[in-house]
Amino acid sequence: MKKRGLIHVNSTYCSGCGICVEFCPRKVLELSPELNRKAVHVVYAARPEDCTPCRLCEIYCPEFAIAVEQKELA
Amino acid sequence: MEKRLLTGVHLWQGNEACAEGALAAGLTLFAGYPITPATEISERLSARLPAVGGTFVQGADELDSITIIIGAAWGGAKVLTATSGNGICLMQENIGYACITETPLVVVDCQRAGPATGAATKTMQGDFYTVRYGSNADYAIIALAPSSPQEMFDLTIEAFNLSEQYRVPTFVMADEAIAHMRERVVVPEHVEDFPRRKPTVPPDQFVPWRADPETMVPRMAHFGEGYSMPVPGLTHGEDGRPSASYEIHSAMVRRLVDKVESKADQIARYEALFLDDAEVVVIAYGSVARSAERAVRDLRAEGVKVGFLRLITLWPFPDALIRRALGKARNVVVAEMSVGKLVREVERALAGAAEVKLFSKPGVSLHTPREIISFVREVA
Amino acid sequence: MEAVQVKHPALEYYQTGSGGDPTIWCSGCGIGQVWHFTVRAMEELELDPDKVVWVGGSGCTGRMCTYWNHDLMHTLHGRPLGFATGIKLANPELTVICHMGDGETSAIGGNHLIQSARRNVDLVAICVNNFNYGMTGGQFSPATPLGGITKTSPGGHRVASFDLCELVTAAGATYVARWTTAHPRQSITAIKKAIQNQGFSYVEIVAQCPTHYGRNNRLGDGADMMKWQKDVSLRVDKAAGMSREELQGKIVIGEFVSIQRPEYGGILRSFWPEGEEGNNG
Repeated sequence: MKKRGLIHVNSTYCSGCGICVEFCPRKVLELSPELNRKAVHVVYAARPEDCTPCRLCEIYCPEFAIAVEQKELA
Repeated sequence: MEKRLLTGVHLWQGNEACAEGALAAGLTLFAGYPITPATEISERLSARLPAVGGTFVQGADELDSITIIIGAAWGGAKVLTATSGNGICLMQENIGYACITETPLVVVDCQRAGPATGAATKTMQGDFYTVRYGSNADYAIIALAPSSPQEMFDLTIEAFNLSEQYRVPTFVMADEAIAHMRERVVVPEHVEDFPRRKPTVPPDQFVPWRADPETMVPRMAHFGEGYSMPVPGLTHGEDGRPSASYEIHSAMVRRLVDKVESKADQIARYEALFLDDAEVVVIAYGSVARSAERAVRDLRAEGVKVGFLRLITLWPFPDALIRRALGKARNVVVAEMSVGKLVREVERALAGAAEVKLFSKPGVSLHTPREIISFVREVA
Repeated sequence: MEAVQVKHPALEYYQTGSGGDPTIWCSGCGIGQVWHFTVRAMEELELDPDKVVWVGGSGCTGRMCTYWNHDLMHTLHGRPLGFATGIKLANPELTVICHMGDGETSAIGGNHLIQSARRNVDLVAICVNNFNYGMTGGQFSPATPLGGITKTSPGGHRVASFDLCELVTAAGATYVARWTTAHPRQSITAIKKAIQNQGFSYVEIVAQCPTHYGRNNRLGDGADMMKWQKDVSLRVDKAAGMSREELQGKIVIGEFVSIQRPEYGGILRSFWPEGEEGNNG
């Protein structure tokens, strides 16, 4: 069974630092082009199907804003 | 294992008696740095404290010592340090920290002549304000002044009890003369202790910095007891989380001060002699009080209507006691070994109700009874 | 905003109400990463959080303890190790973890650092080294590299810095390691070893301060600085034999010391009479 990750982002906590975007080995993540109410470009999964999940974004996030839910796929 | 309480009669040096008083009060961890004239307290405890199952630490300096004892108190220990004026200076930021964290601890200050290195082996009473106002911003502490090795024993125990009751650093203001003299000390069969006030509710109901409305003192959970205790150096509200709001800051500061200052009369310990019909009242504390008492008794024997107030509690300053002690007298003589500190508090408390004269000897040489007699005759 | 169903694992230990969303640290700052590494290490060791005390001093790193939702002591600048020594002596069953900034560790805290190492107190000292005093606006510290531009060295720092790992090794620390926030797994492993070591453990984690040190030295944002940290890192075995001058501008990473020797609390307890259980705590 193939593993896939489902990205959850807390947009209150995300500060748009871009560290997860930089260090994701599969380039799953992007910063949103829009600004949220706190004037932050919040991260989102642009290519969610490529998430393995390695959880490096979780390990690197300084704001505890991103979490990866592991999903099994047939 | 050795006994903590050495019941019986002893010939002890003031410092030895102080160490024994701490052991009798339940001391479990001591950290101190060698400094004249307090060193003997460390030396005696280095042998006695481990022998009763306690922990003796020789600090690398006074900052090391005071930080270790504050941490240890939160780990559950009953703690003491001993130093002189110079060491108190180095500990000041930590005194403030102990106040904002309401950490029970006892600090013995064996005062010596200063400033700075001064005359290390000579006595003085110059730290009167240092222990009260030496740290930054507003807070309150308790300070007791022994006049004998017996009181070094008794008042050290009292200091432990007051520090637990009010959750405040409590100072034993010895001076070199008291610290080093040898006298008869009687150790009783039993000693009263004020046990640490632990939470009475489980962790999920415990508000860590909520004070009892009557005592204005919160209950103290130690680390490792499951209370998720936040011990903050920052201004905080009842929940212990940092805040810089005026409401929270002023409420916290006022409580830290009022919990002690509003109970000044209850905390006031003193000895009074011949006050009823006194026309002149002599006020002194510590080693000077010994000479003052001798002087007052001799003057009384010659018919001079002189009374004597020996202060034991120096802080919170016992304003009401001073006013009561004055009675119908209109002349006060303050004898102290400093350029004039106690006298300022006496003047403030009396607010012009009496003529206050200062007999000041700023250290090294103790006032003699004869000198006090001459001074009183001149002003009375 | 819809409710987040799955939360970041660190939030299990995170205390709300201590300021910020979720913390006061700047966007891209490495301190939050070290916070997570610490709780990860504790979880992987299956520690009981009720028996773990976090101790911090002043400054940005000093604030780490205020977000820990169990026992914490937020102490005075430079002095966490003193307080931590007292806590550990009073209750040896507790795991005591100190987080200190580079200035806190090596300037005002210098004496506490070397005394704790000499005594081999069973503590975990995590130094978050971001090469400056962040909270006060980015002044130089005894860890700032030569040439570093800071608020108090606007023309570039000219005074030599400590190699803190060498300093604590000479002082007697029994576990010493340095990594960076760009080395998360190694950092977590080092913190685990530090916890397990029965003695004084010093783990230095070089972290980015994009707001001050990064901006002053044109090192870019948080991600850029992490890449820079990785680029200038040199493993300890590769760095062996190189001189101070050759190592200029490099961050030497790895495990430097992992030894055993008598630990402070145990030594003090050895003074008790035979069979005595002690009466602390």
